[in-house]
Amino acid sequence: MNTSMETVAGPPRRTVLAASRVAVFERMLEIRALEQRIQTLYTEGLVRGSTHLCIGQEAVCTGLAAAAPASDRVTCTYRGHGMALALGTSPAAVFGEILGRANGCAGGVGGSMHLVDVETGLMPTSAIVGAGLPIACGLALSSKLSRAGDVALTVFGDGSTNIGAFHESLNLAAIWKLPVVFVCENNLYGEYTRINLSTPIEDLAERASSYAMPSEIVDGQDHDEVCAAVGRALDRARSGEGPTLLEMKTYRYSGHSRSDPATYRPEGELDAWRQRDPIALFRGRLVAAGDLDDAAADAAEARVTEEVEAAAAEAIAADWPAPEEMFRHVEGSTT
Amino acid sequence: MERLRVREAINRALADEMEADPKVICLGEDIAAAGGAFKVTEGLQERFGPERVMDTPISETGFLGAAVGAAMTGMRPVVEMMFIDFTGVALDQLVTEAANTRYLSRGKLTVPLVLRGSAGAGMGFGCQHSGLLDHWFRGTPGLKVGVVSGAAAAYEMHRAAIRDPDPVVVLEPRILYTRREEVDLPVVTDSSSVGRAVTAATGDDLTIVTAGQMVGVALEALAGASWSADVIDLRWLQPWDVEAVLASVRRTSRLVTLEETPPDAGWGGDVLAAVATQLHGQLEAPSLRIGPPPVPVPFSGALEERYLPTADRLREQIEVSLRGAPPTNWWAPEGVSA
Repeated sequence: MNTSMETVAGPPRRTVLAASRVAVFERMLEIRALEQRIQTLYTEGLVRGSTHLCIGQEAVCTGLAAAAPASDRVTCTYRGHGMALALGTSPAAVFGEILGRANGCAGGVGGSMHLVDVETGLMPTSAIVGAGLPIACGLALSSKLSRAGDVALTVFGDGSTNIGAFHESLNLAAIWKLPVVFVCENNLYGEYTRINLSTPIEDLAERASSYAMPSEIVDGQDHDEVCAAVGRALDRARSGEGPTLLEMKTYRYSGHSRSDPATYRPEGELDAWRQRDPIALFRGRLVAAGDLDDAAADAAEARVTEEVEAAAAEAIAADWPAPEEMFRHVEGSTT
Repeated sequence: MERLRVREAINRALADEMEADPKVICLGEDIAAAGGAFKVTEGLQERFGPERVMDTPISETGFLGAAVGAAMTGMRPVVEMMFIDFTGVALDQLVTEAANTRYLSRGKLTVPLVLRGSAGAGMGFGCQHSGLLDHWFRGTPGLKVGVVSGAAAAYEMHRAAIRDPDPVVVLEPRILYTRREEVDLPVVTDSSSVGRAVTAATGDDLTIVTAGQMVGVALEALAGASWSADVIDLRWLQPWDVEAVLASVRRTSRLVTLEETPPDAGWGGDVLAAVATQLHGQLEAPSLRIGPPPVPVPFSGALEERYLPTADRLREQIEVSLRGAPPTNWWAPEGVSA
């Protein structure tokens, strides 16, 4: 394990985000294109079970991935396709997993809610609300005890902040000064229920004060704001100052899962959030800075869409898992 | 040979494993400064320091989950659950996270975690502090479960559990903690004994399959009995030693299971099923399944005493059965419905 940011290499799909703003833009496009393609794959009858899309939340994914070196491990929720792509898993491996194919990042045994990529630091995403937070405390405890210098990041939704695991984890991380960053994606809805019906406060960052923990409210639609806030929290954690709670104000454009048309949302809410679309916002900033002109941005969008389509085709053509895969990796050897 | 209490044998196993492997850490409520509610971890923090023997807040989900994460990244955590019943509030981390991690990561991440805790009835702790709860854990692929029957078993099982590459639950019948036993501590270098039963006594007339504190009950029942029996201490309830059971029953042709947990979803049903399917036609009598009634563990001494199997009750049940009659449960005499 690497001991400092300077020595960290990591997979190129991960490290490129810290090096190139154009790469960040392209990754945001990739996340959205993949999620949209999953939607159509579902209507084509190719996706079994449940899927949870993160369209609208792309900046949280790229901001986190651009700030954290690949030696920092991440736990994430079942709304994790975008985070997996941001951290560096290939679109074909994400598509493959969602389609239950052998080329999936979990060999097809996990599915949409269980993405994993040890090389990029993505621990198995959990289908249980709040489950990743205590585990992240343990990743951080390992790091602290072995003086490895890496930090654990745990990504969870606003709904998780009402489950016991959230409070137990913040408390544990605070008393043990663990190098962990709690990243709350507040997209205003816990499954089908608006946050004001489930939670008596508007800013979830406030909850950190009960644990004497610093917190920040972050514009989750702005890649640069996310990246900077995660960077500050990582610095604190790495210098031994302990955990931070970051609340990313964001919005999911689609419903909770594929079967949810999200009719419970007030009229105009989605349109209002679309006015601050994270990809459009970042594109505008790149164009204004001269990193990219409109023609190049359009070309990037066309290219990424094509690449994502090719990855989908690769997954659709991929083999099914062999029957013996069902029996592999249930337990290890005892001698 | 030395004379050791069960809790001392567990303490010795933990210390020997911590000595052998710096990645072994212990965490739990009041285990460090106080040495544990039942003194199992006494002296370990003084010897191995506060980083390796850690007190936790009363946050079972938090610290069990932290142990899962630490185990994924190279540590070998041993978590104490003060009363195994407390696992209920943290079960997600054990059965949904830890037990599935190897499978979901295709073997790239493993969770070499031991969850150990005081368990079982007989001490007047009432229904929320007296479960053995073996049946909660047994049905989970990816998870191993054992129950301690004495000092020698405790030492060997804990060392093997810590060396096992996967999550293991070791149940420690609380009532045995202070029981002393002459032991010759075995050399344990791997986890190959996980899943293996031990023959605690040999005899010809029947096979008694049992585990945990009921092993002592079975051995006590042999004294003064008009019959003799193989007593098989399963030690491990998942995986369990089907070959040891079949080999004994092939010889004795009679099977009795003796469980501490009420029968529904208990391991005795699986033992009977294995014998029925693999030794069909070879039994001389219907198999007998002995255990407490399907009720919460009652508090009152008068009731808890009536609830648990004892040596006298076991002996009587077997004697009635050997005479060819179906025995009546001691807990449901005439006039008291089961």
